[in-house]
Amino acid sequence: MSSHAAGTIDHHHDPSTSTGIPNKKLMMWTFLASDCMFFGALISTHLIYRLHPAPGSPQPKEIFSLELTSFSTFILLMSSLMMALAVTAIQKGNVKSMRWSLLTTIFFGTIFLGCQVYEFVEFATLKNLTLTNSMFGTTFYTLTGTHGIHVAIGVLWLILMYVRSFQPPEGQRTFGWLFKNCLHVSAIVGAVLLSMFAILGVVHTIQTGGTTASYFASHLWMIVGFFATIAVAVSFWRQKTAVNFGEANAIDVESMGLYWHFVDIVWIVIFTAVYLIEYL
Amino acid sequence: MDAILKSELQVKDTAAPAKSAVFWRPTAQTGLVSWLTTVDHKKIGFLYGVFALFFFLVGGVEALLIRLQLMLPNSSVLTAEQYNTMFTMHGTTMIFLAIMPLSAAFFNFIMPLQIGARDVAFPRLNAFSLWTFVAGAIIINLGWFMPDGAPNVGWTGYAPLTSKTYAPDHSVDMWIMGLQLLGVASIAASLNFIVTIINMRAPGMTMMRLPVFTWMTLFTAFLIVLSFPFITVALVELMMDRHFGTSFFEVSGGGMPILWQHLFWVFGHPEVYILILPAMGIISEILPTFSRKPLFGYPIVVFSGASIGFLGFSVWSHHMFTTGMGTVATAAFALATMAIAVPTGVKIFNWIGTLWGGHLSMRTPMMFALGFVWMFMIGGFSGVMHSAAPADAQQQDSYFVVAHFHYVLIGGSLFALLAGIHYWFPLMFGRKVSEFWGKLSFWVIFAGFNITFFPMHFLGLNGMPRRTFTYDTNLGWNAGNFIATIGALILGVGIFIYFAVMVYTFLKGEKVGKDVWDARTLEWSLPNPPPEYNYRVIPTVHARDALWYIKQNPAEIAKEDAAKAKIEADHGGIHMPHQSIYPFVASLGMFVAGVGISAIDHDPTPGFWGKKIGITLIGGAIMCLGIYWWAIEGNEGYHLHLDEDGKESKDKKADHP
Repeated sequence: MSSHAAGTIDHHHDPSTSTGIPNKKLMMWTFLASDCMFFGALISTHLIYRLHPAPGSPQPKEIFSLELTSFSTFILLMSSLMMALAVTAIQKGNVKSMRWSLLTTIFFGTIFLGCQVYEFVEFATLKNLTLTNSMFGTTFYTLTGTHGIHVAIGVLWLILMYVRSFQPPEGQRTFGWLFKNCLHVSAIVGAVLLSMFAILGVVHTIQTGGTTASYFASHLWMIVGFFATIAVAVSFWRQKTAVNFGEANAIDVESMGLYWHFVDIVWIVIFTAVYLIEYL
Repeated sequence: MDAILKSELQVKDTAAPAKSAVFWRPTAQTGLVSWLTTVDHKKIGFLYGVFALFFFLVGGVEALLIRLQLMLPNSSVLTAEQYNTMFTMHGTTMIFLAIMPLSAAFFNFIMPLQIGARDVAFPRLNAFSLWTFVAGAIIINLGWFMPDGAPNVGWTGYAPLTSKTYAPDHSVDMWIMGLQLLGVASIAASLNFIVTIINMRAPGMTMMRLPVFTWMTLFTAFLIVLSFPFITVALVELMMDRHFGTSFFEVSGGGMPILWQHLFWVFGHPEVYILILPAMGIISEILPTFSRKPLFGYPIVVFSGASIGFLGFSVWSHHMFTTGMGTVATAAFALATMAIAVPTGVKIFNWIGTLWGGHLSMRTPMMFALGFVWMFMIGGFSGVMHSAAPADAQQQDSYFVVAHFHYVLIGGSLFALLAGIHYWFPLMFGRKVSEFWGKLSFWVIFAGFNITFFPMHFLGLNGMPRRTFTYDTNLGWNAGNFIATIGALILGVGIFIYFAVMVYTFLKGEKVGKDVWDARTLEWSLPNPPPEYNYRVIPTVHARDALWYIKQNPAEIAKEDAAKAKIEADHGGIHMPHQSIYPFVASLGMFVAGVGISAIDHDPTPGFWGKKIGITLIGGAIMCLGIYWWAIEGNEGYHLHLDEDGKESKDKKADHP
């Protein structure tokens, strides 16, 4: 298809632009500046209301589980490592290695999201912290929920990029391909959601003292669905057709990586300004 | 799947078919489809202009109704509720749906031409910005056609007026949703402009050779990107209060209404500069052209623009001097506000320096530009008066403030935009407004504007509060209000003449050749109207006044162009992006979802599925499909091959950029 040898594109200089910075990268940096202000405003709201608690406000220390949040923070940081490896791989033209790294990033992102779902449910049902029953709940759920949405969008983007790495050359993009492409995306999105809720089901069963039989009775369809989606994904992986994805797409992966790292950094700030600050 | 596969970056894929099997590749050059699918920055700019002028007329009618109500004491042209709706919609419409998109029209149309580019960096994103702006504008105005009515909480939407207690219907929800969509549109457009200006400059167009209008576009785009997130957050919080029962701004739940004011003005004050910086850029183009001189002190004008933008983020609380922030905060914001007068004054002096000793040519754009300098100064002076916090305590929420911001927004922004329309009209459409009618409209607008707003200074100092629906006969406000309303009617006549003449000129005006004003910037090197691909050969820039140099050194430029044209032809000709419908689809989805969230009643029966959720989800699905199709259709395009005279032979073969 192409006469390029691996590693011949200069990934730090784009001769077609005035500055040498690729347009997509510059765009992403500027967007992240904007997103900084967005999170800045949300974090400020939380900190301002933290300084002005209403009488009878809940005690955050009694609600938080620092162990769980530290764990999910660590996982999110490790996902950044995998993201960086994916960028390095595709810059060397190694599509297969990039796919593994992307899948791992997706996996870690899913763990983080699962922890957040668990945390929200736990806080709402056991600790009686809801969106509306105190200002702390309002700002906490709004801020961390907005971050969670950012992570979820990131995971979706990773999935779409992963599927895109199977894209055939333009001439072969038919309706059959379009159908398969959508099936591929649905399979992986399904696998992420089903695995997350199946595992959360295990935790729930242990916590409420349920039996293995009761777990399988209520979660069988999730487990079956999970394996079905994995089977679909594996069959796509094993296809041996030509793909139109390689070193030239490194900039797309790198821009996505910038977003992913940014969302991580925001979480470090949130972890400090929302969680750790309560233990000072 | 072990092979390491690479896609082609520079290699042409000649085997690719002309038509995509899956994606619609519209090629219409005329008709509705061509407008809905266009990715041409000039067509998008034109559409921005058309929509902005439409909403400008709507806002103008609202203003005239306000003035008619206030013409006489104890008047009943409007009810109090209708009056509230009018001033809310007048402010919202003029700021977000008239001045901002009119500036965006110039950003789109002129800026890429000024830097010698063939399009913006992300043409489809540009189309998305346009259609999302239209979606937001429609949602804000939906209330006129609904029993709930249009929003009536002031363009500032202060808490707790916007709470469910005081605004139980959908009007505020539509205001929130419309503004959110406008925010998305503005940020997306600004990201595009920033990348375009920094990365798509022609060879030789260094940053310090950029035309000042392009510089101001860059600063404005940065202001939008950095300030709009604050109103996004404020509106998200307000929406959570209204839809999900939180109490960000509800005192009963521990909320603080003052937080709304801070978040709003952290956005709102940079917004003031978002409205005025493009105007300053336009003026900095027009004055040198009609003074037959280069702009005086170019670097100073640029850096003062930057410092205005920078300081603009540190003065928001001067809108809140009377809220009791404490003396330290008040003093700090007062000082920062006074500091902004310095770079603004520097610009004024540079414009005067440009005029000084120039060979002034009093054409219509120049008249509006000179009107701008004078009127904007008056608005600036009353602005400095507000910066003194003790004085502001007297002026707060009075007609003095109304006079001030109309002097900077009409006498400032609008005069400059009207000047810009006159200035670039020959480039855009190849026709020119007659000097008599142009100047007549200027003088009527100028007189009407001053008769309307100058008396408001006195009304304000005599204690007439802003946003008052009527007044009694014995308050001493009768004469001022009557004069102001007469002025408003004159201003209305002036605006009518202006647009009637524009429409006439568009259809039947005098045809003019290229570079009608003998100007200095690159866009005037193009034939009018500019071809789809803008530049047959990407120009090489040798001087700050690029076209001036080209006109002085024709032989050198001709040689350079011939060499470049050959190189480009060898590389496959001029690359053009395909038209695409998917940005429009994404915006359409946002519109449907926005209507679902903001304008549809909650279903009375409990349960998840219902009309509101259903419409919102359908809209969301359309949006996701639009974005995904947009992503996977790819950014392939086609190539144009031009001969010496610019006649094209289209090569529709798909090609990778």
